[in-house]
Amino acid sequence: MHFMFFTEQPMSAYSSAEGLKFGATALMFSNRHFDPVAGSRLYNEYLEQYVVAEEAGFDGIMLNEHHNAPFCMQAKANVFASVLAGVTKRVKLVLLGNPLPLAENPVRLAEELAMIDMISKGRLVSGFVRGGGQEQLATGVNPAFNRERFEEAHDLIVKAWTQPGPFRWEGTHYQHRVVNPWAVPLQKPYPRVWIPGVVSRETIIWSARQRYPYIALNTSIEATKKIWQTYDEAAAEAGYTAGPENRGYLQRVHVAETEEKAIENARQFMWMQGEFTGLAHPVWSSPSGYFSPTQRRAFVEFASGRAISPRGRPDFEQQLKDMQIIAGTPKTVIPQLKRILDETRPSIMALWANDGAVSHEDSKTCIRLLAQEVLPALREHGDRLGLKSPFEADVPVSIAYSQDLKKAAAITSVTPGARHSSGAPARRAGS
Amino acid sequence: MTVAWSDRPVEIAGVKLHVSRAGKGAPLLVLHHDIGTLERLPFYDALAQRFDVLVPHHPGYGKSPRPEWARSVRDVAVMYRWLLAGLGIERASLVGLGFGGWIAAEMATMAPRDVERLVLVGAMGLKPPEGDILDQALLSYIDYARAGFHTAEAFAAVYGAEPSTDQLEQWDICREMSFRIAWKPYMYSQTLPHLLGGVRAPALVVWGSDDRVVPLSAGKVYAASLPGARLEIVKDCGHCVDMEKPEALASLVRSFAGTK
Repeated sequence: MHFMFFTEQPMSAYSSAEGLKFGATALMFSNRHFDPVAGSRLYNEYLEQYVVAEEAGFDGIMLNEHHNAPFCMQAKANVFASVLAGVTKRVKLVLLGNPLPLAENPVRLAEELAMIDMISKGRLVSGFVRGGGQEQLATGVNPAFNRERFEEAHDLIVKAWTQPGPFRWEGTHYQHRVVNPWAVPLQKPYPRVWIPGVVSRETIIWSARQRYPYIALNTSIEATKKIWQTYDEAAAEAGYTAGPENRGYLQRVHVAETEEKAIENARQFMWMQGEFTGLAHPVWSSPSGYFSPTQRRAFVEFASGRAISPRGRPDFEQQLKDMQIIAGTPKTVIPQLKRILDETRPSIMALWANDGAVSHEDSKTCIRLLAQEVLPALREHGDRLGLKSPFEADVPVSIAYSQDLKKAAAITSVTPGARHSSGAPARRAGS
Repeated sequence: MTVAWSDRPVEIAGVKLHVSRAGKGAPLLVLHHDIGTLERLPFYDALAQRFDVLVPHHPGYGKSPRPEWARSVRDVAVMYRWLLAGLGIERASLVGLGFGGWIAAEMATMAPRDVERLVLVGAMGLKPPEGDILDQALLSYIDYARAGFHTAEAFAAVYGAEPSTDQLEQWDICREMSFRIAWKPYMYSQTLPHLLGGVRAPALVVWGSDDRVVPLSAGKVYAASLPGARLEIVKDCGHCVDMEKPEALASLVRSFAGTK
């Protein structure tokens, strides 16, 4: 298995009374509440926590980014990945991920990621995301073309990584006279791409068709099983059998030296879920065109307050009961995490260890206890279940590089435009 | 006075546009708001007493399917020119409501001599020199629609105090299409103000005194840029003059466009 440490990098150093007074704090809560002195301290604490995670025995560090929001102060995953490429030695740097549609120039992303891969000596895992609804508004990017931009930017980046330049790209959303970056990835054919997600069926199917592992972000056990079913069906259609190497799972888990302290700190997971400070207003998190038309009615009802979020927001006690949040001493969390493995069978597991205002010291204790006392038991359990990570199983990076397909899938260079002319989900040529 | 409306699809640029038509007289093309339009409105009925009224649903709004390729409001303006040509209408007057006013203004700049009369009501399309066009992306469907009215009663009279979820879904579809063609710059063109001077059609610019969607400063630019245009302010009225003061607006249109 591949175990990653994750933190949202919460920016909790502001007046929570102000946050509560304002309401939903993502997007419009004024950055006059952002204290750069606290920001500087927190960034450096998070950096130290990542280093501790490597020293203590995690396999990877999962990074992400969000915009205009205190729940995540990492505005550019590539910045932290660049720093970690230099200061860490062993861990994979797993970006989950760069929000492709927000990029006006995907070639620039291809360059940055290639640099990170070379500086880290081939430790980059380059995940891609669509970006949250409110992030389209924060960056001024048209939500109605979100998915088209995601797919086209991906194709352009992969081509920039795998086909010698210079070449020209005349796409629907991106046009480039000369693509010829003088920075290409160290890993061949290209760094592994993992796709995290929560609800979008289209993303699950797209990931399966690319043969990219899908990382379910703390979805319920039931929902996770449905995700694998959708993924497996799309994989079978694409000509391969999906297994644990295609599955990842993000779990909230906080460990402390006592049960009481663990529960107290784990309550902070509710901080970003809205109990303390709130995420985005539903109107901002579901701008028109961002979600699939099949979910239009559900999101319209959600945005107008006529229904609860399609993602659901149960309370803390319920989440503990459902193991959406796991908290305790190593002794008490191990059996629960084993259950998660039994039920969801991922080979990639991200442990989201703390949130909100959990102190730096408690965070480091949590990381050490997880790595030194919890992970060994989980690795053993994972071995028993045959949960081999993409690295251990040595699976191909993508469908285009697969030799074991039931149907022939040739490596084809991607031609812009051809795949984006219709509203139908794109299919890789030759599969 | 019942007005007999006929509804039929007219294929333009591969899209079956939903077009409602009623009345006799000079042809009058009415272009609706960015929140779409109800199938029938007292304003449309009032116009049909005097004109041959055409009310299309914009491509991608209401009952007209979405042209996936469309990228600008100018594309829509070209489609409506095609529609008029397809129906054999040589000269029509244009009444543009809010977002539809932007489309009408674009149409008028394209062939300056063939528009009979141009009526712009709270028209989008220009960057207001003071204030901004209200950003619906930050507002709920209901709040945005409500912002178009001076009084809550006037809004409720058209949509009901609590609009149905079907209506919300319709507003979402409209909003998605508006984003597709007018996301950035939001709801205006940077080139249109430079082209308005060529319009030869007599123009009337109408603004609600309490327009919270498009600042009156934009109306003043329209009135100053369109040769010989006149600006009329409708008192105690919001952005949706057609729905809040239908009789007042119909009367303005009749006296402006109904005489040769």
